Amino acid sequence: MSDLRALLIPRRLFLMALFAGFVIWCALSLRWDWLPQYLPLALEGLWRTIWILVVTVVLGFALAVPLGLAQAAGPWYLAAPARVFCTVIRGTPLLLQIWLLYYGLGSLFPQYPWIRGSELWPYLRQAWPYAVLALTLSYAGYEGEVMRGGFASVQKGQLEAARAFGMPRFTIFRRIWLPQAIRNVLPTLGGETILQLKATPLVATITVIEIYAVSSRVRADTFIVYEPLLLLALVYMIIAGLIALMFRWVENRVPSRRREG
Amino acid sequence: MEALLDTLGLAEAASLLSLEPPGWGANLLRGLVNSLQIALGAFGFGLLIGLGGAYGKLYGGPLLRDLLAIYTTVIRAVPELVLILILYYVGSDLINQAATAMGYDRVEISGVVAGIWVLGVVQGAYATEVLRGAIQAIPPGQLEAARAFGMPPLMTLRRVTIPAMMGFATPGLANLWLIATKDTALLAIVGFSELTLETRQAAGSTRAYFTFFLAAGGLYLLITLFSGVIFSRIEKWARRGQPSLREGGR
Repeated sequence: MSDLRALLIPRRLFLMALFAGFVIWCALSLRWDWLPQYLPLALEGLWRTIWILVVTVVLGFALAVPLGLAQAAGPWYLAAPARVFCTVIRGTPLLLQIWLLYYGLGSLFPQYPWIRGSELWPYLRQAWPYAVLALTLSYAGYEGEVMRGGFASVQKGQLEAARAFGMPRFTIFRRIWLPQAIRNVLPTLGGETILQLKATPLVATITVIEIYAVSSRVRADTFIVYEPLLLLALVYMIIAGLIALMFRWVENRVPSRRREG
Repeated sequence: MEALLDTLGLAEAASLLSLEPPGWGANLLRGLVNSLQIALGAFGFGLLIGLGGAYGKLYGGPLLRDLLAIYTTVIRAVPELVLILILYYVGSDLINQAATAMGYDRVEISGVVAGIWVLGVVQGAYATEVLRGAIQAIPPGQLEAARAFGMPPLMTLRRVTIPAMMGFATPGLANLWLIATKDTALLAIVGFSELTLETRQAAGSTRAYFTFFLAAGGLYLLITLFSGVIFSRIEKWARRGQPSLREGGR
């Protein structure tokens, strides 16, 4: 209720009226006649964007857990490679990583006959495995660093108590350490997932047709510049808003005691 | 030296990367200089916007604050690539309309200026949030004391606010600088010949993809590591008057 009342202040009503005017102006005076023709392609692209986002976030997070654990508590021969991996991923542009994997590996694989003959070859000839691999590694690199902080900030006493009760090490990890580490990083995780959403259009440069690539095609086919881009920005804002809402919902469900002192 | 390269099997890579014309090293370095130029310009432009935005958010009227909230939210929710395209077309359209209105011919906008404008607007949204937090972290007594002594606002900004917030703002600004250097790679997609695009052209014409992409990655990594050293020095300098938080805590 209070959210609604905050919107009903005169200046906000004025801003909303301005925005509504802008939307109506867009609808009436810009060209939208291309929309019905490209709508099926756009929906397919939207579906592919979301699919890539979900797959890379899940896989990347699965990789980030051992990366973070190795850095927070591992022996040096595991911690050092994990740290190098995170530094390299975070220190170079994602676009460069995507191109390195797609063009580099893509030009390397055909040289080996056993790869060409293998069952995987029909997939390796397409672009999306490289896109998924690059985005997964990137998310793992950023998240590994976040998870390191998450693991390190779980209070020592909890782990000691679990050990004192004779819990096996894996059970400690599964029941005590990991859940609290994830709870610690939940707010950061939401932000990182939105960053990952904003990274997905880069895969359009290696011929994966997702929503951004569809808008580029509309621009190239019809020479209409602003309309597809504005619609695209709106679509991304809606997805980002949904991600933020989803993470807020999860955060509210997780029982948490604000750290005192 | 050459014998060493030969034994490591890197002789071919070294000749491809050499600075003399058959090698592509000079192209990569030219791209690197372009990238750094844009990153520096965009970072500076973003800082100016950020300082203005932070002041607006903290001390501005309600309408200004709402507008700034919309600016930072929209910029942070839309992918940089889409923003770059929109701002690029909007910027060149506006300049060309202004030029034709004033009776000049259509002008070609240089890639460097376009890149700085586009990335600067994006950086400004993030810088606004970083600087706002840093200004809020200054003990209010310091600003009140400056006002009580009758310091004009600009002098307060220069002598009190900026030096006092430097320590709080440096980690966030270091992050922003790294984002700026990496975001310059996105300008490759609008066809500006910075490091990533030069690398791709070199790799495409020699088919030595790994050599060139790894070399470019090494250059980016060098910038990152070097900036890390510089920024930790700046932070140490900016915090020179503050007691260390290490003791007592934890």
